[in-house]
Amino acid sequence: MLSKKELLDMQFIDARARLIDLAAFLDRLERHEGADDVRLRYLKDALPILQENRADRAKAVLEKFSDHSVELSETAPFQGASGAPIS
Amino acid sequence: MVSRTTDDYEKLALAGCEALCEPAFWAGFDRSSAAGFYDYFRQLTEYEPKRAARYGIKHFCWLCINPKEADDPGFAREVMALIPEFINRENVLGIGEIGLNKNTRSELKIFEEHVQIALDYDLPVLIHTPHLEDKLKGTKLILDSLASFSKLDRSKVIIDHVEEHTVAHVLNAGYWAGMTLYPESKCTPSRAIDILEVYGSENIWMNSACDWGVSDPMAVPKCALEMKRRKHSPELIRKVTFDNPEKFLSQSPRFKL
Repeated sequence: MLSKKELLDMQFIDARARLIDLAAFLDRLERHEGADDVRLRYLKDALPILQENRADRAKAVLEKFSDHSVELSETAPFQGASGAPIS
Repeated sequence: MVSRTTDDYEKLALAGCEALCEPAFWAGFDRSSAAGFYDYFRQLTEYEPKRAARYGIKHFCWLCINPKEADDPGFAREVMALIPEFINRENVLGIGEIGLNKNTRSELKIFEEHVQIALDYDLPVLIHTPHLEDKLKGTKLILDSLASFSKLDRSKVIIDHVEEHTVAHVLNAGYWAGMTLYPESKCTPSRAIDILEVYGSENIWMNSACDWGVSDPMAVPKCALEMKRRKHSPELIRKVTFDNPEKFLSQSPRFKL
């Protein structure tokens, strides 16, 4: 396994770029007009997880974006998925 | 690899790919009749093996109606009635990729009928878990459903497309777990390696998505390279990219390298 320093040497620039991309995406949404969308709320609600001291942030973010209902649907409203529960 | 060009077979051969298995899946659009599936099953069992063989790659496949088209049970059963004609062909490993898409009542019913076909023929099962927000719920529904099959050998079932929030559910229940590598959705190579580091390398494999959307048939070789860069041993890399798939797939009488 790599040390923390070796991992940072390998992946810090990539992680930095992804974080700036996300910040720029939020800026972009800020500049454009239109109604609020529940997907943006899910995105913002997930951001504090990144600041938590834990080793399972990816799992927690995925759970944040998951449908936690337990009932079967009677029919499929559409075939795809939107990335966050939007019903 | 019905959705890919022959160039992709060449790239895989150059990367050292010995064999691949192709699930029966969505065509990017809904077929208009069961006859469309008849032709598709012929493509999977007759044409694709020949295309792969030109590059020294053995081609295996799974049969089913995929969950995306399984919400109409009448239509699904018409397609499932075709399976016995193809199930004994020499490159057919088992039933898959069955599962759930939008977690509907009909999808679950058809899923269970597929599992029964696999039990009737004593073949392995490849299970698709839903996309994105539907994955966690769908994985739990699938596990609950499978638990009701008392004769099911869990070591002959692989539940695919696991991510960080579903992998423990699958492994702890005694099933194999598959990590499907995608550039955007499901697992990236880096995250798949994280999962291996956290959950170990038993009963788990990784596969390249080769579908109609953004996907990369070379994802597994790229992940192997990433594992090397992260100083994982050649033995571990071989285990998750070759030995584990071979171990699971060898449970099908037709899988021979």
